[in-house]
Amino acid sequence: MKHTISILVENKFGVLARISGLFSARGFNISSLAVGETEDPTVSRMTIVVEGDDKTLEQIKKQSNKLIDVIKVIDYKEGDFIDRELILVKVSISPKTKKEVMEAIEAVGAKIESTSDKSLCVEATGDRAKIKTLLELLRPFGILEVVRTGRIAMDTTGKGLKADGKPEVNE
Amino acid sequence: MKMTGAQILIECLKKEKVEVLFGYPGGQVLPIFDKLYDAPIKFILVRHEQAAAHAADGYARATGKTGVCIATSGPGATNLVTGIATAYMDSIPMVAITGQVKSFLIGNDAFQEADITGITRPITKHNYLVEDIKDLARIMKEAFHIASTGRPGPVLVDIPSDIQMQEAEFEYPEKVSIRGYNPTYAGHPGQIKRAAKAISDSKKPILYVGGGAIISDASKEVTDLAINNEIPVTMTLLGLGAFPITHELSLGMLGMHGTAYANHAIMDSDLIVAVGARFDDRVTGKLDAFAPHAKVIHIDIDPASVSKNVDVDIPIVGDAKTILRELNKHVKKPDTQEWVKTIAEWKKKYPLKYKEDDALRPQYILEQIFEATNGNAIICTEVGQNQMWAAQFYKFTKPRTMLSSGGLGTMGYGFPAAIGAQLGVPAAQVFDIAGDGSIQMNIQELATAVANKLPVKIAILNNCYLGMVRQWQELFYKHRYSYTCLNGTEPDFVKLAEAYGAVGMLITKKEDVRPAIDKALKINNTVIMDFRIEQEENVFPMVPAGEAINKMIGGGLA
Ligand SMILES: Cc1ncc(C[n+]2csc(CCOP(=O)(O)OP(=O)(O)O)c2C)c(N)n1
Repeated sequence: MKHTISILVENKFGVLARISGLFSARGFNISSLAVGETEDPTVSRMTIVVEGDDKTLEQIKKQSNKLIDVIKVIDYKEGDFIDRELILVKVSISPKTKKEVMEAIEAVGAKIESTSDKSLCVEATGDRAKIKTLLELLRPFGILEVVRTGRIAMDTTGKGLKADGKPEVNE
Repeated sequence: MKMTGAQILIECLKKEKVEVLFGYPGGQVLPIFDKLYDAPIKFILVRHEQAAAHAADGYARATGKTGVCIATSGPGATNLVTGIATAYMDSIPMVAITGQVKSFLIGNDAFQEADITGITRPITKHNYLVEDIKDLARIMKEAFHIASTGRPGPVLVDIPSDIQMQEAEFEYPEKVSIRGYNPTYAGHPGQIKRAAKAISDSKKPILYVGGGAIISDASKEVTDLAINNEIPVTMTLLGLGAFPITHELSLGMLGMHGTAYANHAIMDSDLIVAVGARFDDRVTGKLDAFAPHAKVIHIDIDPASVSKNVDVDIPIVGDAKTILRELNKHVKKPDTQEWVKTIAEWKKKYPLKYKEDDALRPQYILEQIFEATNGNAIICTEVGQNQMWAAQFYKFTKPRTMLSSGGLGTMGYGFPAAIGAQLGVPAAQVFDIAGDGSIQMNIQELATAVANKLPVKIAILNNCYLGMVRQWQELFYKHRYSYTCLNGTEPDFVKLAEAYGAVGMLITKKEDVRPAIDKALKINNTVIMDFRIEQEENVFPMVPAGEAINKMIGGGLA
């Protein structure tokens, strides 16, 4: 099963290596990883999508928590968060397929960022389903290049976390 | 007052009350060594940096204090790696200081540059590269704090040589505050009560005690829990000494080379109370078959160790001593009469044994060392059969007297660890129980021991083989002794001892064992005893890797 976890870490050099090293040393497979500063510039947030059963997930959380630079680890429950990914796709076109490709792009609400005679560069942001649909629609035309940011996620229940690891609202 | 980085470092060590520092010099730590020249800290010059780390580790295990070692950059730093990994696997508090090339050269493949923070990331609890002289004092304070609190472990601080020379105001922080690091010490009161009830209700409880109990100085609490409630106790290799093996409730060590009765008791128990032990595969054997009838209570300071290998019914995260004190208040004595009786019968029926004939057998040597030292010695071991015989036949009765590389299984650990232990506890009689293979991994430390007048006694159980590997080859590889025979290539250990200024003895007959030990104990110098033991003696019982722990070879119980 895929899990989305969010890790608040000290914004220091070497932290990413510690986290990724921990994952690889224990054989946990990262399927997506996105890192960036939070509202507090001394804190970064990593959103990591991992695959594994409950036991693996439990170990991932505990082992991550053990790292000195880790402030907090949160494991998002299905339905309690929104997630987004930015993707850039270069798709090949011909005078014959151009119109069809453009329609597909429009259908999923993606944007054309640049065009040439032979290809279109498309930008899309969205959740897993949207990105997947876009790729499926474009694949038959010939995808030349794909670049994705990795997923980021945010709690929507009001129980989310601030950069200091404290809950949004004190209950 | 303004001080150089090197001075600041020394001041930090003084503030941390570091008495002894193990290390080796080099270009990138010269500013520090220059200040060490006048510092009120005992410096022990080892002959290989690996030994500096092991000696710091042995010092830490024997005293409970944090061990400190230092090496230069590049090869000096990488030579520490095995010692750091050894300490990491066994949760030993250690601070390792390394020199680094000048800040502006980092990343340029400068002479003697190695990315030691990168290399040691997976084998340290935490590590630092000092980038700004202003951070040095804070980092040192944090390093000692992190190394010695929570689940202890090694912390490495890498200091570029230009930073050792730069100046800054010295101000040692009073307190450490790290957002992400707040170890839990008190156990959850509700869980403690549940655990107490489970113990009170059990019929066949067993205590399974690991190195964590020693680290937390919980020996008294373990003993109270066991004796007041008549609960049998088994210990891991690193747990030995937490409860006296000589007590009737003790089952000695469990696991691959544990006693038949310990393994059988675990498999038959209805409740396991694990204290500072992590259900290592050498202990559990085949996991699916492990202790099928038992509920598990797990007391551990590291939440990640709980339910990692074995599913736990009642987890209690925190310090073993603190938790056991609380637990001991709540437990009502369970009815274990039948259970204790059964176990006493097993103990009588399936004792640890060996052939008692005229041959020179290692088990006999260990029994004699035990008797000659009244069980008061600090026993360090190397790795292999020697280690397992020590665990089986020296009856450990006190904590911090069994120093052995459990988690990593590092040959070459014992002798430098003995040096560290002897420095930490000068009054103690310190032994290194060695194999002829292992002792040659750090034999150069004879110079360190002799130079510092350390009366460490090295007992080489010399079988002319890399014995433990040979044993596996005998049992599982059809006697094909592929590169495990050292016969014909062994040095003359007596001459070797003498060459270093130590004392050497050769013992080939059973009747000479005790007189030799007694004589060695009287010598105020480093002594090597080269015991020529039965060459193909094996360690039994033995659970083949991957088998259930009651499926022992040579254990008496099938
Ligand atoms: C550094 C290191 N290299 C290799 C091993 C693998 N190993 C485990 S036991 C052993 C044999 C040890 O031989 P010896 O020191 O003579 O002790 P004995 O088993 O004969 O008592 C070896 C090679 C190890 N544990 N550590």
